[in-house]
Amino acid sequence: MLRFIVRRLIQVVPTLLLLSVLLFAWLRSLPGGPAAALLGDKATPEKIAELNTVLGLDQPIPVQYVKFLGRAITGDFGNSLITGEPVTTEIARALPATIELSVAALLIAVVLGIPLGYLAARYRGRPLDTTTIIGTLVGVAVPVFFLGYLLKQWFAVDLGWFPPSGRQAVDIEATHVTGFAVLDGLLTREFDASWDALTHLVLPAIALATIPLAVIVRITRASVLDVMGSDFVRTANSKGLAPGTVRQRHVLRNALLPVSTTIGLQTGLLLAGAVLTEKVFVWGGLGTLLAQAIERRDYPRLQAVVLLGALVYVLVNLLVDLSYAIIDPRVRVR
Amino acid sequence: MTSLLTRRRDKIDDLGGRSLTADALIRLRRNPVAIVGAVIVGLFVLVSIFAPLLAPHGPAEVFPELQRNLRPDSIPGALPGFPLGSDQNGRDFFSRLLLASRQTLFVGVFATLIGLVFGVLIGAIAGAFGGWVDTVLMRVTDVLLSIPSLLLAISIAALAARPSQTTVIIAVALVNVPIFARLLRGAMLAQRESDHVLAATSLGVRRGAIVVRHMLPNAMGPVIVQATLTLATSILDAAALSFLGLGDGDPARAEWGLMLANAQSYLDVRPALAFYPAIAIILVALGFTLLGEALREALDPKGRR
Repeated sequence: MLRFIVRRLIQVVPTLLLLSVLLFAWLRSLPGGPAAALLGDKATPEKIAELNTVLGLDQPIPVQYVKFLGRAITGDFGNSLITGEPVTTEIARALPATIELSVAALLIAVVLGIPLGYLAARYRGRPLDTTTIIGTLVGVAVPVFFLGYLLKQWFAVDLGWFPPSGRQAVDIEATHVTGFAVLDGLLTREFDASWDALTHLVLPAIALATIPLAVIVRITRASVLDVMGSDFVRTANSKGLAPGTVRQRHVLRNALLPVSTTIGLQTGLLLAGAVLTEKVFVWGGLGTLLAQAIERRDYPRLQAVVLLGALVYVLVNLLVDLSYAIIDPRVRVR
Repeated sequence: MTSLLTRRRDKIDDLGGRSLTADALIRLRRNPVAIVGAVIVGLFVLVSIFAPLLAPHGPAEVFPELQRNLRPDSIPGALPGFPLGSDQNGRDFFSRLLLASRQTLFVGVFATLIGLVFGVLIGAIAGAFGGWVDTVLMRVTDVLLSIPSLLLAISIAALAARPSQTTVIIAVALVNVPIFARLLRGAMLAQRESDHVLAATSLGVRRGAIVVRHMLPNAMGPVIVQATLTLATSILDAAALSFLGLGDGDPARAEWGLMLANAQSYLDVRPALAFYPAIAIILVALGFTLLGEALREALDPKGRR
């Protein structure tokens, strides 16, 4: 098992290195180079040349790359052009908001998705199955940001059930311990703050959850159908096991293997979805940071957030592979 | 005696005398999902072809009688000559909605096609040569796949100093390249050890000819399925880029994703401005997805009976 973990970890390294080369190339292919991007409207040829010397951009490209890599490893991605703060500081501050939103969305997707997919497979061809499939297809076809606006308009503006935007009411007295609004309230026993944060969380989490939910439902359904038709289930049935036992111990257990992979993949994709959802609900997390960076062409920030997204995606997939090896011993052998 | 022979021959024809393509077409025609998908896609293509004839006005024409009635809290609805009323800039919403189908189709088709051509090229080279060529190409592909697709599209689109339709298409197309490359390479690899390739090799057919004539055609099935599904995601991705401000900056351009993104600020004034383009996008994405899923089922040899 340990050897398997080490081998997978080593496989991640070239991926990350190549990613860094791509990012470096990306930064260098900016129109006019990074110096022009940094200077913005104030760019003149002299100023660009001056800044190039300061930034070390007049040095040979391999030297620049090694320096870039050295800084990136120590977490230095430069300063944001909008706020002037180190990008890493900004990201650290925005991270809890996005994690909170993603966890809530993932929770919705998993808790609803697996039972729904399982039931659809069990009642294959019946109205429940058909409705579920149509639902998943439509769910994937709706632009996430439009769904967000719909939820906001109906449930926040028209009905007034939930607050329309933000993470917490302005007038509420909340102590910040961890940065996770719901958790902070529980830790400091300010339950009204927790409740308030929770009501803010509902709509954006639903909007963000739709695509992972649809995908998880479909994979669960397909996987359960697959296992139901397999030989060992027929054996279990024909040796007279109670149908409930077969379903729980044989079908569901084996069917959840591919589902766990899907959950991992979708977790990695949540950050991308969060860009759209957070913009709709003015959430103030990484997505908002990225959306601002796009509008103002804040390249250092843009680059750091994209790199972080890729990193999370790679690491989550690594974790999924590892968990797979724990659940299914056959994987380890290969 | 003859009748027995004909009957047996008919039966044989019925069992396996059809090519996979013919068989797939027959199964497609029997599948209601495929029909619904094909009808939606067909209507979409028809509308986009005939849009200039159907639309009463141009996409950029501003009408003073509409503009006069524009207020921060109200945008005029249906008026004589303007069946769906005005958009936020005093243009005919109905015409723009119709004409937008062309631009949306254009963005979707080109983003998919460019992604497909480069992806197929990379995948075919990797699959045909194997060895270090394969390793290098697939490593790069893996890295591109390890960036969530929307983030990748954002980073590419943000490179452009001035976003335009071309930058949107390129950004979405580049996201599609690694997907097609991986898919084709897998399909090619699966054939390298197969009997028909071995047969061609032992007959002395050159490697290039084997790849082009014998391996590529057999690998196209999954590519066509993926292309159909990619059309849907490309249109949705382009809409997302527009929403983030990376879309076409040309205000005269009518494209559903762009219209939807620009209408978000008028949602409580006149929701129809967002609703119609949104419904159009959802329907079209659904149509391509249904068609793609049905194609996948139809082309799966396991489904042959």
